[in-house]
Amino acid sequence: MLTRISTYFYRRPNLSLALLLGLPLLYMFVVYLGSLFALLLNSFYYLEEFTGLVVREFTLRTYVTVFSPTNLGIFGRTAGMAAAVTIADALIAFPLAYYIAKFASRRARTWLYIAVTVPLWSSYLVRVYSWKLILAKEGILSWFINLFHMNFLLDWLLSLPEIGGSSLSLSPIGMFIAFCYIWLPYMIVPIQTALERVPKSLIEASGDLGASASQTFRKVILPLAYPGVIAGSIFTFSLTLGDFIVPQSLGNSRFFIGQAVYSHQGTSGNIPLAAALTMGPVVIMIIYLLLARKTGAFDAL
Amino acid sequence: MPSKYSAEKASLGLRLGALGTLLFLYVPILIIFLYAFTTDEKTFSFPLPGLTTKWFGVALGRADLWSALTLSLQIALIATASALILGTLAAAAVYRSNFFGKDAISLLLILPIALPGIVTGIALRSAIGSLDIPFSYWTIVIGHATFCIVVVYNNVLARFRRMQGSQVEASMDLGANSFQTFRYVVLPNIATALLAGGMLAFALSFDEVIVTTFTAGQQTTLPIWIFSQLTRPRDRPVTNVVAMFVILITFLPIFFAQKISAEASDTEGDK
Repeated sequence: MLTRISTYFYRRPNLSLALLLGLPLLYMFVVYLGSLFALLLNSFYYLEEFTGLVVREFTLRTYVTVFSPTNLGIFGRTAGMAAAVTIADALIAFPLAYYIAKFASRRARTWLYIAVTVPLWSSYLVRVYSWKLILAKEGILSWFINLFHMNFLLDWLLSLPEIGGSSLSLSPIGMFIAFCYIWLPYMIVPIQTALERVPKSLIEASGDLGASASQTFRKVILPLAYPGVIAGSIFTFSLTLGDFIVPQSLGNSRFFIGQAVYSHQGTSGNIPLAAALTMGPVVIMIIYLLLARKTGAFDAL
Repeated sequence: MPSKYSAEKASLGLRLGALGTLLFLYVPILIIFLYAFTTDEKTFSFPLPGLTTKWFGVALGRADLWSALTLSLQIALIATASALILGTLAAAAVYRSNFFGKDAISLLLILPIALPGIVTGIALRSAIGSLDIPFSYWTIVIGHATFCIVVVYNNVLARFRRMQGSQVEASMDLGANSFQTFRYVVLPNIATALLAGGMLAFALSFDEVIVTTFTAGQQTTLPIWIFSQLTRPRDRPVTNVVAMFVILITFLPIFFAQKISAEASDTEGDK
């Protein structure tokens, strides 16, 4: 009996394919693409202010609100943070990625790779929480700063407009540190992948032709690592753009995109505005991806 | 394979830089472990005023934590099970056949983790709102499954590509039907990939918070409980204990999943 069923399907590859793909595709199309479509649809509705109800008719007035000075300020602030985090992560990630790719023994490389990817996949929320402990006014970082008598430096940093605040755990500086920490593994892995693909013969040739170690690094290794940096920046940029946990936990009262989306859909039930605001990061990321594709970054993913 | 053993040693500066990055990744995690034992109830003061294990007992006695933990475990298990089925089916289809739109399928599956979590979250939230579906346990599971499928899919597809097609042909030639071939040839081959993908999916779901805040109604999963403590801390010492517990329960499966994948690609390299 089973053999007959088996033969039946073997002779009809298209039917078997449909059976295999049907369920996953149905799920992704209905649930995921369906939801994205609902998101787009909702961004063209609007919230009637007096009744507090969503009016389901086509309008562009929600998008007009998106371009208000407040919201443009939010976009600018978030994109600025995302850019700063991306640059800092590239700098922090590079030494470890370079070491793993080019110097670690095979065994060490496996372990280091695991050490980098375990925090990439897990405990996102708790890792944000750890910075609440570290950055607290009475916490470990202040203690160290005090130990080295650097308080004046911290006070000066916190007194700066825009990025300062009452303490590190309630300021954009604190958010910046936490963001760098949270997304760092996403930058290390692609840089490492790109560097591993640099053929050893190329480095040897550079040396044979008389380049010093630092010349080889600047003229051969760095340019070839560049697609990896771009690939990593896709993650760090996109993830910072959409996050609301870090600003909510460590930031001040000035909103980031994720927070604005979160609060509009929550307290006021303004799903249309939340949906329209989400289109911001989506559009920014599409442009970013199109630019990144030109640099060959996708091969490093 | 590049740089199996490098002739040159890394410079001191590079080694210090690499070590610094590694410490940056892991010291905060050690600090969480440390704070689980603090006697300080009101602040995060350092040095710790004293050490105690009493918060473990307090955390164990909290009914709200137990229900949050149970909910998170149930959701993670159901989301993982659905992801295992859907991800494996999709991987099998993409592996064995060529069809129109094959590349688009990989892209579609990857989207939920490639786009910021908030996009998936608010998209599901608007769909649920538009259809007037009540928020429940199941809306959370559906949300989690969307981003769990891809990790199973990736792991299983990579394993299929390493598996030798001749094994399946041999099995069929020797008279086994598709079910027997699947049971005795395919399944043993992809078993560890399923295990690795499943563990990744489990850990992803267990501490997911962004999509969950948009798809949960009154339900409190463990991450949602922690998030409420992040914005309005009330039970600091208990939160520290919970944080340590979450690290252990998500680090271990990911660690083993990565080790399985690393070993699988290592044996490949030796062939």
